[in-house]
Amino acid sequence: MADIKLMKGNEALAEAAIRAGCDAYFGYPITPQSEVIEYLMMERPEDRTGMIVLQAESEIAAIHMVYGAAGAGKKAMTSSSSPGISLKEEGISYLAGSELPAVIVNVVRGGPGLGTIQPSQADYFQSTKGGGHGDYRLYVLAPASVQEMVDFVDIAFEVAFKYRNPVMILADGIIGQMMEKVVFPEQKPRLTDEEIEEKYGDWVTNGKRNNKERNIITSLDLDPYKQEAHNHKLQEKYRLMQEDELMYEMIDCEDADYILVAYGSSARISQKAMQLAREKGYKVGIFRLITLFPFPSKELNELAGKVKGFLAVEMSAGQMIEDLKLAIEGKAKAEHYGRYGGVVHSPEEVLEALENQIIKG
Amino acid sequence: MEIIDIIKPENLIYTKTKNMTDKHLSYCPGCGHGTAHNITMEVVEEMGITADTIGVAPVGCSVLAYEFMNIDMTQAAHGRAPAVATGIKRVYPDKFVFTYQGDGDLAAIGGNETLHACNRGENIVIIFVNNGIYGMTGGQMAPTTLDGMRTSTSPYGREIETMGSPLKITELIAQLPGVHYVTRQAVHTAQAVRKAKRAIRKAFEVQKDKKGLAFVEIVSNCNSGWKMEPVASNEWMVEHMFPYFPLGDIKVNGKLK
Repeated sequence: MADIKLMKGNEALAEAAIRAGCDAYFGYPITPQSEVIEYLMMERPEDRTGMIVLQAESEIAAIHMVYGAAGAGKKAMTSSSSPGISLKEEGISYLAGSELPAVIVNVVRGGPGLGTIQPSQADYFQSTKGGGHGDYRLYVLAPASVQEMVDFVDIAFEVAFKYRNPVMILADGIIGQMMEKVVFPEQKPRLTDEEIEEKYGDWVTNGKRNNKERNIITSLDLDPYKQEAHNHKLQEKYRLMQEDELMYEMIDCEDADYILVAYGSSARISQKAMQLAREKGYKVGIFRLITLFPFPSKELNELAGKVKGFLAVEMSAGQMIEDLKLAIEGKAKAEHYGRYGGVVHSPEEVLEALENQIIKG
Repeated sequence: MEIIDIIKPENLIYTKTKNMTDKHLSYCPGCGHGTAHNITMEVVEEMGITADTIGVAPVGCSVLAYEFMNIDMTQAAHGRAPAVATGIKRVYPDKFVFTYQGDGDLAAIGGNETLHACNRGENIVIIFVNNGIYGMTGGQMAPTTLDGMRTSTSPYGREIETMGSPLKITELIAQLPGVHYVTRQAVHTAQAVRKAKRAIRKAFEVQKDKKGLAFVEIVSNCNSGWKMEPVASNEWMVEHMFPYFPLGDIKVNGKLK
């Protein structure tokens, strides 16, 4: 029988981590995501699966604990919210440079600076363009429901290990805090050392067992030509992600004249806006981004030839709109709408923006 | 006995540990790092724990420690080695995990990571090489730079009033209940090397017995950064560094000396 529960997004994500066979979680409290570590501490996953949970002294320490555990070949994750993610960016860049798999969850709040504790989507640039120093990308998943907070944890670990690259689950304060009905998968067993080696190859630093060659985890190469070659390898991974790991959802786009492009909470709000628009006779569809990197540029470009305009709906001053405009190459009108700084737009506001900026604009 | 006889395998009484690679050390001639590497790796070999040991390299002169230590190694971001070691040790509590860090890495940028790994009593070994200067970046002031000591960022000498006092982080972390063994050693004479090696052995035994964190400071020279000949730098170290950073055990079996 399916395991159905009514749960907060943050708590559901924490439970999903245990069930995904995660080996270690390192975190630091910050609103609006503290329920992740609170749930894990209350649940004692060490007794259930052997999963380790540790409250670090800072977000910086937490991400570097993830680096250590990931380098030892374990499924390691951390979570935080915007100001905490800024602190983690050092470690995220090192994870990408050293090619380590890890899952980082950002339950975004309004910024910049200490900002607010209310929901926001203003960390799009930080998440999809690198965030830390150097040429790197994260695979970025944007859940739009509590169910996806659960489902994306397992996908995140699979992609992270497949490509040996950090993966970000980019939620927001609404998804983290709201309660919804959610179905949990069966418990996945934690992998043994032998299974890790068989599934992902022998690159981990967990000791020179059985006279194997020693392993080194590092992002340093003082020879610029070798560092360039290493960067080429990273870019090739990102190209493969674009080819094989892209996810998106098109809702009622077949007959649409106008497309709302959105992800996460804004996609949910846009669904209501679409309904209101259709009631008024406008043919509106939704292009929901599920992965933010890779971005569905080709798909949006094809769609641009068939529609009259796009409205990028996001709780920011306009970040994802830049990728949308690059994707559609001016083939259709594209504008941004969104409240930000912790304010959430209503479906009515989205509809009004669609009418004023795109339909009549 | 002719030289040719001495190098015959049957006459060998000492060989380089297999736990050191054959790579040429990147350290300046006269620097103590090579000896500190060597005795650490000898201890790991002698304890028979080579296959179960993971080292964490810092940022600083010893950033390339993984090139020389022939074991599984992870290179950490600047100052974060104790957090990285925590991550490894928590998922592999039965393996041996150590960090090898300099004074800038451990006592300045990584001060918080050091303090909290020590306070949690992480069951790891920290080897702390203190030469009172940033060597790799070209001789800037470190937290452990002595009062009045000239560096490229304290060209008129360290001024306590504006730059603070040299940080005795080893005495500081020795106060924490999670820390089981703390000692300060040196590697400038054969006798000091033997004592330092015994201290590192003891530190790994503490980890083996799961008694908490073991911390070995090695006060060392930086002849390049101090702008001295190697021998003169060791003499200067004995004369100036040792009075402020006195050698010997600071905490043994969880008790302050």
